[in-house]
Amino acid sequence: MAVTAEARKKVQDATGEYKYGFYTDIESDFAPKGLNEDIVRFISAKKEEPVWLLDWRLKAYRGWLKMIEPTWAKLHYPPIDFQDAYYYAAPKKKDGPKSLDEVDPDLLETYKKLGIPLREQEVLAGVAGAPKYAVDAVFDSVSVATTFKKELKKAGVIFMAISEAVKEHPDLVKKYLGSVVPMRDNFYSALNAAVFSDGTFVYIPKGVRCPMELSTYFRINAENTGQFERTLVIANEGSYVSYLEGCTAPMRDENQLHAAVVELIALDDAEIKYSTVQNWYPGDKDGKGGIYNFVTKRGLCKGRNSKISWTQVETGSAITWKYPSCVLSGDGSIGEFYSVAITNNHQQADTGTKMIHIGKNTRSTIISKGISAGLGQNTYRGLVRVLAGAENVRNYTQCDSLLLGDRCGAHTVPYIEVKNPTAQIEHEATTSKISEDQLFYCLQRGLSEEEAVALIVNGFCKEVMQHLPMEFAVEAQKLLGISLEGSVG
Amino acid sequence: MLKIENLHVAVGGKEILKGLDLEIEAGSVHAIMGPNGAGKSTLSYALAGRDSYEVTAGSVTYLGKDLLELDPHERAGEGLFLGFQYPVEIPGVSTMNFLRTSLNAVRRYRGLEDMDAVTFLRLVKEKAAALDMNPDMLKRAVNVGFSGGEKKRNEMVQMAVLEPTLAVLDETDSGLDIDALKVVADGINALRSPERAALLITHYQRLLDYVVPDFVHVLFDGKIVKSGGKELALELEEKGYAAVA
Ligand SMILES: Nc1ncnc2c1ncn2[C@@H]1O[C@H](COP(=O)(O)OP(=O)(O)OP(=O)(O)O)[C@@H](O)[C@H]1O
Ligand SMILES: [Mg+2]
Repeated sequence: MAVTAEARKKVQDATGEYKYGFYTDIESDFAPKGLNEDIVRFISAKKEEPVWLLDWRLKAYRGWLKMIEPTWAKLHYPPIDFQDAYYYAAPKKKDGPKSLDEVDPDLLETYKKLGIPLREQEVLAGVAGAPKYAVDAVFDSVSVATTFKKELKKAGVIFMAISEAVKEHPDLVKKYLGSVVPMRDNFYSALNAAVFSDGTFVYIPKGVRCPMELSTYFRINAENTGQFERTLVIANEGSYVSYLEGCTAPMRDENQLHAAVVELIALDDAEIKYSTVQNWYPGDKDGKGGIYNFVTKRGLCKGRNSKISWTQVETGSAITWKYPSCVLSGDGSIGEFYSVAITNNHQQADTGTKMIHIGKNTRSTIISKGISAGLGQNTYRGLVRVLAGAENVRNYTQCDSLLLGDRCGAHTVPYIEVKNPTAQIEHEATTSKISEDQLFYCLQRGLSEEEAVALIVNGFCKEVMQHLPMEFAVEAQKLLGISLEGSVG
Repeated sequence: MLKIENLHVAVGGKEILKGLDLEIEAGSVHAIMGPNGAGKSTLSYALAGRDSYEVTAGSVTYLGKDLLELDPHERAGEGLFLGFQYPVEIPGVSTMNFLRTSLNAVRRYRGLEDMDAVTFLRLVKEKAAALDMNPDMLKRAVNVGFSGGEKKRNEMVQMAVLEPTLAVLDETDSGLDIDALKVVADGINALRSPERAALLITHYQRLLDYVVPDFVHVLFDGKIVKSGGKELALELEEKGYAAVA
């Protein structure tokens, strides 16, 4: 084991870019390889789930069997063998969130290395003004720790692993699970519904402004294992929550599957701000390895004047297929999508959003920044749909692409469907290169080429980055620079 | 400090500098004048190491080093500063952030630690005030939407913060109003010291009224065709280049 660890370290040093590529040597429980009804039952049994949930999973599984993989995205990869993966892996000993004192020290160490504070005491004892945010840490298939639970409870906020919520708040989970993304919405959401292992559940009661940032940190560790988490966020009337998720995985030669589902529900006057910094292992320079990231994220602005805002910084994964969307059904509701997607080396991303305007006076804003380098391919795919009954809808869409080098590609595929003549839809798109003028100007001021590119790219992404919570903006900025390493010169 | 010998530079395959010689001593201020298209900006870019400016012959020694061997950012690290004739816009990057990134890059090159945020803020505010720049401009993206004069003034703020050893200022005076010209001249004069030098590229005598040069050179068709004291600038203004060259 020591030898492989050392070898891994060497590879990592040689490539240098992906600093989260280490592996934690921890004993894990696996389900047998492959996928069938028994595996679905195994996962459900492991989680001691009620019958209704097992039935729900089985229904999804049977639906999935009849579905075919979507092929409309501008993504190229060999067929995925869904039988050649493990669908459940959990660190032994701890098969459920416990108090922090009980968490395996190896795990605590892992999160420390990743820069994720799991020890509340450390955060609390930290310097004044140190960022304080609650974390749910999901390691492979299970949630291993959730911090600040007590403090949140005082405010009436429920923040826990979804497997736990199934037991403690079955009514809420039953009511909302699959209500925004129906289990058979698409191939990957059906797969997720069948085998989802863990994820986060958030409920903000009426009129409560969540007292701190909530975040979930997803980590794929085990080999050959898919991660299928499910997140459910419910903001009751007049409440507010800001939620952030981060993701990393070890460097491996084989591709690993990640198929998550996120559902958001905002009731009257509620606001949900959902931010993602996605840094799954992107594969090496030659396109070997990396995460296949097939994610379904959708928010329902159910209530009047509710608001859902997605911000995503997508730097990782070999393949990204994701369209965080808003269904604007409440009158006067607002949907926002701010996205930065970087593809370097052999990475491919097909990402964007759907804004479905159902209610009157609904508004949406889409700002997408795609950056391609190396042989990277970056596609923005977005739908703005205005239903017949939706009066006075407004949408503004801006898609900017930046190309570094001449072997990469940027593509913009907007779909606009308007059934109500009062709608005002604006769409702007640009494609540019980093100009030689800008680069030279920065070099003349002492910046190396890589620093210069990172600075210019960060400037290009500013309109998106400024929507990230403060604590994460700096980290995300550095990440942009790191992701583009080796893309110049 | 700087010794240029027989410098030939081609741009896009066309020879622009055709055997230029120039020597600048520490502590001195030199001015270069010359008609449009003579190669003044080309000289400044070649000194700064711009990619598309190909040195086909000649040598440049700077502080005892072969300048042409250094990468552009290393030249900046060595204290070479170019004030651009056409300062470049960088959308989304605040002027403040650009200044800090630049200063720290140069400091790191010299083996110094990054300047702490408080000291930096104080320094920038002080320099901006000295150059009469509204501090609000520091929050705006680099040169984006700046007027012509504001862009030039921004170049001077950068120079003041970086305190270069050799400043090459390409038409920094063009586009400045009379008051601004005075302020910018004060900024240049403030940096005059026995260890530093400046090369001013200009079309107008008026800057030289405020920043009095030790030498004036005429650049014509890729070569220095005449050099003299500060009176040469007056003579040029009176008679034009044709009479001198
Ligand atoms: N890429 C290029 N290809 C061909 N010729 C070029 C290129 N770039 C510059 N030149 C030419 O080189 C010559 C010198 O240009 P330069 O900008 O150095 O002039 P200058 O002396 O600074 O003029 P001005 O006073 O107008 O600023 C000009 O004739 C210009 O057209
Ligand atoms: Mg010029």
